[in-house]
Order: sequence, then C-alpha cells, then structure tokens
Amino acid sequence: MQELTAPQSVGPVVPQRAHFSEPLPLKSGGVLPAYDLVYETYGSLNAERSNAVLVCHALSGSHHVAGTHANGSVGWWDNLVGPGKPLDTRRFFVIGVNNLGGCYGSSGPNSINPASGKPWGADFPFVTVEDWVDAQARLADRLGIVRFAAVVGGSLGGMQALSWTLQYPDRVAHALVIASAPKLTAQNIAFNEVARQAILKDPEFHAGHYYEHGVVPTRGLALARMVGHITYLSDDSMDQKFGRSLRHDKPVFSYDVEFEIESYLRYQGDKFAGFFDANTYLLTTKALDYYDPAFDYAGDLTAALRRAKADYLVVSFTTDWRFAPSRSREIVYALMHSDRRVSYAEIDCPAGHDSFLLDDPQYHAVLRAYIDNIQV
Amino acid sequence: MSFHRFDYDVIANWIEPGERVLDLGCGDGSLLRYLSDVRQVRGYGVENDPERIVACARNGINVIQIDMEQGLAGFNDGFFHHVIMSLSLQAMRNTQGILAEMLRVGREAVVSFPNFAYWRHRQSILNGRMPVSKNLPYQWYDTPNVRFFTIDDFDSLCAGEGIAIRERLAFDEGKVIVDEPNFLASVALYRLARAGG
Repeated sequence: MQELTAPQSVGPVVPQRAHFSEPLPLKSGGVLPAYDLVYETYGSLNAERSNAVLVCHALSGSHHVAGTHANGSVGWWDNLVGPGKPLDTRRFFVIGVNNLGGCYGSSGPNSINPASGKPWGADFPFVTVEDWVDAQARLADRLGIVRFAAVVGGSLGGMQALSWTLQYPDRVAHALVIASAPKLTAQNIAFNEVARQAILKDPEFHAGHYYEHGVVPTRGLALARMVGHITYLSDDSMDQKFGRSLRHDKPVFSYDVEFEIESYLRYQGDKFAGFFDANTYLLTTKALDYYDPAFDYAGDLTAALRRAKADYLVVSFTTDWRFAPSRSREIVYALMHSDRRVSYAEIDCPAGHDSFLLDDPQYHAVLRAYIDNIQV
Repeated sequence: MSFHRFDYDVIANWIEPGERVLDLGCGDGSLLRYLSDVRQVRGYGVENDPERIVACARNGINVIQIDMEQGLAGFNDGFFHHVIMSLSLQAMRNTQGILAEMLRVGREAVVSFPNFAYWRHRQSILNGRMPVSKNLPYQWYDTPNVRFFTIDDFDSLCAGEGIAIRERLAFDEGKVIVDEPNFLASVALYRLARAGG
C-alpha cells in the first residue's frame, strides 16, 4: 500500500560506542563496575521519541543488524530492516546493541579488565538475559528513549524481547518474540553442555585465560559450533542440501571428509572459530540455560507474565526443533491467559531454527502486517 | 460482508460489553473487529489459513494460528465468556470434538451454520443437482464444507451430546423465520451451553 519504491538497504553504517561508569548489578550477585556497549542505529528518532525499535541479537549475532560496514559485511537481519522493508527505517528508529559479554566490541571476556589491566577471560562475570536488558535500558536512557514502540528478537533475542516486557512493562509497547521459548528444555541444555565441554576440554582453553597464552581454543569452539549448527537446521533441509553426497564416488574408508555434510560442518566450525570468542560462547549458552521467567512463580508462566503491559506477536517455524512451535505456543497461551493482546503465526518454512533469519514470504508478510499497525 | 451483517448483530446482542470472546475460524477478523467496536470485547481469533493470518494482523485483531481439528489444548477451562464459530462448523471434520471443546473453554458457545434442508436446497436436490446458494456458494467438487446437516439434525445432535440450546434464531434473507425453520430458513444461529451448566 505505502510501498512506493522497492525495499532498500540502509546503506553504509558505522558502529557507535557508549561508556557507562555507573556499576551494573548483575543477577548472579556480581557487579560490573563499568562497561562499554557498542551499537548501531538506523533511521531517525522522531520529535516525540516514540518510534524507537530495539532489535536483540541471538547467540552469535551482534549490533550489526542492517546496512553495510566499510569492510563489506552486511547486517544479520538486513532483509528485515531498511527503507521499505517490514521493519521500515523510514518510520522507525532501529537500534542494535552488542550484548554484555559479547565479542564484537561491547565489554566482554576479551576486553580489558580495568582492575588487572589484562583481558577479563574467565573472570568476566556471568551475565543473564535480565542483565542484558538492564544494560540495554541504560543505553535507551542515554539515547533519550523512554518507551520503545517495539522490542524485537529471534531465538535468544526473543527471550530478551519477552524479558523487556516483564522488567520494564511501561517502556515497551510491542514485543515481537520469534522462534523463541519461555525457557530451555533439558534437551536444549544438553546440546549447550556438549558445546561447552568441547571448549572447556580444549587443551588451549587454559581455564579461560587463553589470551595471555597467545592461543585460542579453536578446536573446541569449532566443535561447539558444529553441534549448534546441526540443531539450527531441519532434518529435511540438511537432507536436501547434502543428502548422502560423497566427495569421491564411493566410500574410501577414511576419517577425512567423505560426506558433503562433514565438509560443510567442518567449514562452518572452522570459520566460526576464526572470529568468535570461546568465553563469549560459554557465557551466552549459560544465559540461555538460566533464562526462566517463571522460576520465581513456581513454574507458572501465566502468573509470571501478569505484570506485562505490552502487545505481542509470537512467531514460530514448523520445522524448528531447537525452539519448536509448541514452545512458542506456551508463551502465547500464557499471554492470552494473562489478558495480554497476542497474535501467533506458525510459519511453514523448511529451514529449521535458522528460518527466523530468512525472508520467507509468509513470515515477512505477517511481520509487515503487524508492524504496520504499530502506532508511533 | 453485507450478508454477514445480520449474523454479526445477532451475535453482538448475545455478548455483554467487555467479555472475553474466542472466534474459531475467524477469517480476516471482521467479526472480532466488529465485536470489539460495538462490545469492547477482549477478542482472540483462531485461524489456520496463512493469508487470513496476515489479514487478521492487518485488521489489528489478535489471531492464533492453530489447527482446530486438533482441539483447543492449551486453552484453560471456562476462560472465555463466549466461543463463537460463525459459518465454519460445516467445514470441520471433528464436529462433536469441537463442540465439546467450545463448551469446555467457553461458558457459552455461539454457532451458526447453513441449513442444508432449506427449501431451495431441497428443490435443487429434487431437480437432481447439489445445492449452490448464497450460503452454500461452492460446487460439490471445490467446497471446503465436509459436513452437510440441517437444523433438525443439529437439534438432535445437541440433545444427544448433553448440549442445552439456550436460544435459536433462524433466518432467510436476513429475516427471522419463526415457523418451519428447517424448511424455510437458510441460516441458523444458536446460543449453547452445557446441559445443567
């Protein structure tokens, strides 16, 4: 309707940095004395400051949501955010933040601990979804944003969007919770634990202080990523992409790469280990495991959500088995039974958990229809 | 849309302001939109058609995408004041199951359906052809309807299932039919409750 031009990229973007010197109390009981947050913004804040949208990232994401860096890297949700895209930067002021404990510039294990003058490493405190939200709220204060028009996230990002509406009920009008869950299942924690053990048992991990040894536990981190990657794809999509294709025409009875899926996983693992930080991976998987807003309500999610005031869109994908549709439905029913406005779409997309990063037409049509109705 | 108007008005008259309402097979959400405008209901729709989900989101109503044939697991007992199924029951396979579910999650159910025994339909059958009308607008080979039943059939099902009919209104061309509804009415609307409930 209001489509006048084809959707575009937000174009070149430059990350910004904010320093916070007021200590941040953490859920673990610890305190982060001071910290930096790296963030990006797209579009412009209107005079009423009512059009801000926060995009929360998942396990391996960053503040680089949309647009292009000077080195050519494109934001991880560039298909969603931009002029004419479902989250339209002509209407909204969109913010992406690298979470605390991250490895893309915000304070984390690979940044310098001011107390010791050395990298934090394993001494960086445990951070939780709630801590991330608290830090994001301080950034919002800094940017003059009292209330977000929406907080949006997929997977672990969806948990942050949900948590925003519980920690700061008056500061969020809409939450878009995509391919997420109200808490992890035992199976999910199990996958995370395998990933962590791969890192913790790497001889080059050095109890988390590998920076000082000038090494990186790349083998463990690559293995962790390989396990994770399996869970992000569906059985069908993996079969379609790789099937049982062999490098050679027939089995050659070796432990080198034979099946194409082996090649793919090794490539993905090695690539990831080349840029991601192992301590960040450990911290982030623990944040996922710990998230459970119903914990203080004897497991009653409806009771936990009663303090929320936002409207919600919940989206899941039929082939996502890491954060299955049934987990999204738990959120939906709990919201409905707490008298929150909520809509729920279950998208028939073959790509598994990773579907939330793709631009499936039905998925984007639902997002666009919902977001178009958000008043600013 | 204009066909639905009298249907909407009847339903709105059965609903108190501010109620919790669930609309099963809510289409593009226009009934819920209407009920929230005239009765300020807290409304939720259920749909499973992707295009209608988008239409509901555009309409600004709450829609939940599930397959109703699987029942309403996840919905608490008695949470809704009214559970509505407007002109969709004939397209459901699990008729008894969904009626039981409606009266489990709702204190009352509102059901409307096209009357297969309407005299024009009977005439059509006598002439050897399946009826095609305003309320049954499909050809036999492309109809989404899977259950073909009459007002008398439905009354008898309710009696057998322990469902109390609190009110029944039958219509033809938007006019109330009092005499011989099973012959003269094209559409019927029911207000239902659990017998003894």
